Amino acid sequence: MPEPILQVRNLTVHFYTYAGIVKAIEKVSFDVYKGETFALVGETGCGKSVTSRALTQLIESPGRIVEGEVLYYRDDGSVVDLLKLDEEQIREIRGNEIAYIFQDPHASLDPLYTVGYQIAEAMEVHEKVESIKEGIKKAIDILRAVLIPDPERRVKNYPHELSGGMKQRVVIGIGIANNPKILIADEPTTALDVTVQAQILDLINQLKEKYKATVILITHNLGVVAETADRVAVMYAGKIVEIGSVDQIFKNPLHPYTKGLLKAVPNPMTKIERLEAIPGTVPNLITPPSGCRFHPRCPFATEVCKRKIPELKELEDGHFVACHLY
Amino acid sequence: MEKVLEVKHLKKYFPVKGLFFTKGWVKAVDDISFEIYKGETFGLVGESGCGKTTTGRTILRLIEPTAGEILFEGKNVMELKGDELKWFRRKAQIMFQDPYSSLNPRQTVFEIIMEPVRFHGIEVNDPEEFVINLLKSVGLNEMHLYRYPHEFSGGQRQRIALARIMALKPEFIVLDEPTSALDVSVQANILNTLKDLQEKHGFTYLFISHDLGVVKYMSHRMGVMYLGKLVEVGPADKIFENPLHPYTQMLLSAIPVPDPEMAKELKAKRKIIKGEPPSPINPPAGCRFHPRCPFAKDVCKKEEPPMVEVEKDHYVACWLYAKS
Repeated sequence: MPEPILQVRNLTVHFYTYAGIVKAIEKVSFDVYKGETFALVGETGCGKSVTSRALTQLIESPGRIVEGEVLYYRDDGSVVDLLKLDEEQIREIRGNEIAYIFQDPHASLDPLYTVGYQIAEAMEVHEKVESIKEGIKKAIDILRAVLIPDPERRVKNYPHELSGGMKQRVVIGIGIANNPKILIADEPTTALDVTVQAQILDLINQLKEKYKATVILITHNLGVVAETADRVAVMYAGKIVEIGSVDQIFKNPLHPYTKGLLKAVPNPMTKIERLEAIPGTVPNLITPPSGCRFHPRCPFATEVCKRKIPELKELEDGHFVACHLY
Repeated sequence: MEKVLEVKHLKKYFPVKGLFFTKGWVKAVDDISFEIYKGETFGLVGESGCGKTTTGRTILRLIEPTAGEILFEGKNVMELKGDELKWFRRKAQIMFQDPYSSLNPRQTVFEIIMEPVRFHGIEVNDPEEFVINLLKSVGLNEMHLYRYPHEFSGGQRQRIALARIMALKPEFIVLDEPTSALDVSVQANILNTLKDLQEKHGFTYLFISHDLGVVKYMSHRMGVMYLGKLVEVGPADKIFENPLHPYTQMLLSAIPVPDPEMAKELKAKRKIIKGEPPSPINPPAGCRFHPRCPFAKDVCKKEEPPMVEVEKDHYVACWLYAKS
């Protein structure tokens, strides 16, 4: 049995806006195992980013974590519910044991400080180094670890002096500065070109092996998932509809949404006569559809789908699906 | 086959202004030539900053080229004036990437579609019916007629933009990343609609995208751009089966494919390109790809490679295939 490092149960986040309550994610549950790459995949607005941020209470007003628990299994054997910690306690974990890499490297770096300072600051805050000065010395090693050429010189650069790919390497450097147990990468390559994307994904994989970290990868790109993830959770309109290993999800997708999604992506290496599209659009989450949230777009929808919310059921070993067909 | 568009030695340089003088030039598009035949989709791929969008816009004279010739149905686009220019502006259309900024938020769908129709003086008996028919042909309906853009999703907005284009009965449409702002499930819908309309009306497309999967799905022929240069041109199937230019080879091997088994295989063979595209302000001399190319020879640093035909209709600009 693989050991869990994170157990998420019934995580629910609502945003209280003028237009109404946006039910961004609703009773999301999943496990992440030690040492794996776990992907959360879905389209815009499905709640994958909100889920990843809620794990360490990184939800800002008007959003609020309404319900749920996030059990984190620490190395010393203790278990903490991350959602029960107060601001001070969660800050000790966030950026330290659980670190983030965000999508836009231009926005994640402060233009007024050198990249060395920014890496040093991340370490100093968590008392891994005595002073910023010492931190900057260590930052050189970190820049080397993220494969930035000429790190002694680059450490003194400001973000605007670096290209997009280099900036994302620095952001990854800040993420790994404190040897995190869990690295949450939220669309880490979406802002980058394919050739640079391949470099960055390769780097994240190498670092994961080197530091024995667990990676939670948030992406909308099924190609990236197929290539890097061990297990996958597919989200739709704030709910997890299917969880399984990469092979289970891609070879034997069960949920009609997962099936549709896989058929809608053009694979450049195969000949496709016609892509199959999913009719309709993603629903508004202020008034989500009753029952199964996918039912208005589902070709197999029946009466029960409109009434009853389907629960996640384990159909084969480790392969869960939330659909009334099964 | 009939050529709809012929681009010859097209160049577009943008000045980099210093305090008093022009400090240099961004060579966004630097001497590219290709043609597009009637009824086909020509895909143009490349990474950000390679000049693909500039190419698309220059062809339509939305940006004036620095040098070169553009022939549309045999006529030199640069010399068109008056009625002829108006004719060109009607026959050659563009669909933009961002459906949130390409529609006027203060106009209803009806007004958005009718404005260019009125401008071009196209006679329409019953405007309402005319617009409803157009909306139906792109998968919308009469209920959307008097709504404003903010009431629509991204995919629906792209459909409105498409209806506006269709209203003018164009022949040639530049599709500049038409689905980049959309989710995959919606993207598949729009791509299929574009294919259906092409079949029905015989449209010719220039399809610009950075997504190789989408380009493969849409294109009959394609061109690969790198730093303002066209490095490879040919039938899309051939380029994907047998990429010739080292840049194309690496670009193709870098795409993550949505199939775990195939991904493992490709990953094992993958050659990751080092570095990132250099600045187009002072592009490398000779072949622009040489600093990142594993096969670079001496000649690559000095001389620009010519376009040579390696197999039928399949051209490449690389010293590995050309004789110096």
